[in-house]
Amino acid sequence: MPGPLAVAVVSAERSIWSGTAKSVVAKTPEGDVGILRGHEPMLALLMEAPLRIELEDGSKVLVAVHGGFFSVDSDTVNVIAEVAELAQDIDIDRAAAALSRAQAQADAEDLSAVRRAEARLHVARA
Amino acid sequence: MGAQLRVYRRRIRSVQATKKITKAMELIASARIIRAQNHLNASLPYLTQLVDAVSAAASHASDVSKHPLTAKSVNPVRAAVLVITADRGLAGAYSSNTIKDTEALTHNLNEKGMEVVPYVVGRKGVAFYRFRNRATGGEYTGFSDQPSYAHAKEIGEELLKAFMTPSAEGGVDEIHVVYTNFTNMAIQQTRVRRVLPLEVVDEIVDTTTEGGTETPFPLYEFEPSAEEVLDALLPRYIDQMVYLSLLNSAASEHAARRRAMKSATDNAEELIKSLSRAANAARQAEITQEISEIVGGADALSA
Repeated sequence: MPGPLAVAVVSAERSIWSGTAKSVVAKTPEGDVGILRGHEPMLALLMEAPLRIELEDGSKVLVAVHGGFFSVDSDTVNVIAEVAELAQDIDIDRAAAALSRAQAQADAEDLSAVRRAEARLHVARA
Repeated sequence: MGAQLRVYRRRIRSVQATKKITKAMELIASARIIRAQNHLNASLPYLTQLVDAVSAAASHASDVSKHPLTAKSVNPVRAAVLVITADRGLAGAYSSNTIKDTEALTHNLNEKGMEVVPYVVGRKGVAFYRFRNRATGGEYTGFSDQPSYAHAKEIGEELLKAFMTPSAEGGVDEIHVVYTNFTNMAIQQTRVRRVLPLEVVDEIVDTTTEGGTETPFPLYEFEPSAEEVLDALLPRYIDQMVYLSLLNSAASEHAARRRAMKSATDNAEELIKSLSRAANAARQAEITQEISEIVGGADALSA
């Protein structure tokens, strides 16, 4: 039975969430990474995607992170994002509107706005 | 009521009204200092994490000094100076202090043969450059008392874009920030800091390697690679430096305004005191005069 991970999610403006968790799943440029206790030290960039934190009681916390990175060291996970939002802070209607706006404007090269909006909506609806 | 007395009473009323306003502004500013301080403290965890990560990545990446953001230009011809002033006045010498320091810096850089491109935050600074018909690289107004990270990012990105442009095409080789550091309620000082090219990375790496007092960085596995992580982190670091300067300046602006309004209130009190003394004397003089007129009149009748 793995012990808890200490997780802190920090955005540029404030601390978003902190607590203990069983696992953290994050998306890096090279794919999804799952972190359990005893993970080797790691410093990775984050993609604009939902970050999944599974708590010890099995419930899940989803955070929409937009650009940033996370570091893992001796069972401490620090997620540092420029902007990070918890599900309860997101207005679904506004996020949906932002997504359709982003899709309308998106060109082939810059899909980051669309991805950001999708991540936010995904978190809000979960 | 005599004319003299009426004039005094009117002036007292007017000063009292002004005092009410300055007192209210003082209280508002005190409340906002606390809020600005909270914002400042809330942003610190991000900064420490970011600095740790940048130095960890820098110590693993090959040849940091060749990185475009840390490499010094051999022959710098242009420098950007970000000056942070207030949107509103009534804050004592707050805005003029940063402008004064900017002018000194501009002078220094000019002597070294560099051209200076000012980037101005706050209406007061913008007005300063407009009045003198001096061109600015960018003007940002409307948020000097409550800056958000989005504002800082906007400025940071623009500065970075100017920095990455070759100087032959109008880009800049150095970026300086002039802001007011908030130490505590009583002490705020204007500071000049060079943001780019970065020196701080070397400094951090040095302190961790030589002294041995600080714990060395764990052997991180970088994803995608140390260089790419560093590439992604350094622009964030710039944004964060700008954000921190904005937050410090906002807290200082409120502190300066509180101090200015406090002394205005004190002065108003002083003025009211001396005016009421004068009004009392005028009233007494009037009474004395009336009595002597009555007495004189009675004397004349009885004589």
